[in-house]
Amino acid sequence: MKNHVLRPLWVAIGLVAVVLVARHFMVPPDFGVHGDSFTYHFYRLGNVQEWKDFPVKYLGQERCARCHDDKAEEHAGAKHAAIECESCHGPGVDHPRTIKKLPVDGSREQCLRCHQALPYPSSQRMALPAIDGEEHRPTRECRMCHNPHRPDRRARR
Amino acid sequence: MSCSRRDFMKKSLAGAVSAALPAATGAFLGPRDAGASVGDPKKRWAFLVDTEKCTGCGLCVKACKIENEVPYDAPVTRTWVERYVVTKDGETHIDSPLGGRDGFIDPKVGGKEIDPDNIDKAFFVPKLCNQCDNPPCVQVCPVGATYQTEDGVVLVDREWCIGCGYCIMACPYGVRFFHPVHKTAEKCNFCYHRISQGMESACVQACPFDARKIGDMNDPEDPVAKVIATERVQVLKDEYGTKPRVFYLGLDEKVR
Repeated sequence: MKNHVLRPLWVAIGLVAVVLVARHFMVPPDFGVHGDSFTYHFYRLGNVQEWKDFPVKYLGQERCARCHDDKAEEHAGAKHAAIECESCHGPGVDHPRTIKKLPVDGSREQCLRCHQALPYPSSQRMALPAIDGEEHRPTRECRMCHNPHRPDRRARR
Repeated sequence: MSCSRRDFMKKSLAGAVSAALPAATGAFLGPRDAGASVGDPKKRWAFLVDTEKCTGCGLCVKACKIENEVPYDAPVTRTWVERYVVTKDGETHIDSPLGGRDGFIDPKVGGKEIDPDNIDKAFFVPKLCNQCDNPPCVQVCPVGATYQTEDGVVLVDREWCIGCGYCIMACPYGVRFFHPVHKTAEKCNFCYHRISQGMESACVQACPFDARKIGDMNDPEDPVAKVIATERVQVLKDEYGTKPRVFYLGLDEKVR
């Protein structure tokens, strides 16, 4: 075959070789099919562990109760027992090591999430004690009068 | 090899019987029971949403955003709560302000005043990634950056994602979005870091009304698996054939 035909052929073969070599070094060794289907299981295996190592922020109220057993006991016997401590006090992951005191959300909006009256038949919302946030003491925080840990009692302050 | 007619008949009969036997013994077992009888070690995470119990407090959305480091004030979220208000004139009003992150405090739906006497029914529907058995978002990924783990959760590889957005377009449920910080596709992964170490997903833990639950479908003793197997559950957009693994109790036909 003539030289001018072969020369571009060598160039093409060389390019393919360069791509294959580059691919060998750039694609991580754990990338491939890890499962029974190419469509759904073609991935980098190491990423599964990376997701498993993602930091947890919300520890759950059992963890809070280890130190704050008095508060936990008070809370556990009340109507608000199903509400996690961290839903109002914020995630406890860095407490008490770097965050000494957790910033509690005691805003009206926090209480009104559940206790704003909404006329919704067929919704569980109607079963909760409710007020109209714009009518009922609109300028005060709820916790000034109601004890959030024991909603059946008045606040101690 | 010599084979008399008698031998041939004997052998064929024996072959037919032995071939039919395992099929016959397995005929009364469903795939789940068959898996359980041999002790399936693999988990298959599934989610159960009880819309009857949801009150729209939005604590799940708040917890999810903080737990998974989704920018708190950006208009994106991995899970959200929708409010449906069906009025007597047959109209359906739907909204989800900030994904329901701050709950539903305003009686106006989507800024529209609705007369309480005109309401036929109204309810809240939490939504999240369905972790489909046939995930269309995974099918379309051109680089293998999103995939299904062996326990059925669809994950996104942030290192590998090129941010093309095909998966965001492909998801029929609209659960995927572009992460404003990482510049990659982002979605709910049932809090994979929590469930793989025995904790509940952040939204499940935060829900005060038990409207959200997570469990292992391959474990017949799992309470969530039991509800899915024995009660009347529904999935979203079944007609797409994606086989969602988020099951709903008390879903209304108005929910899309």
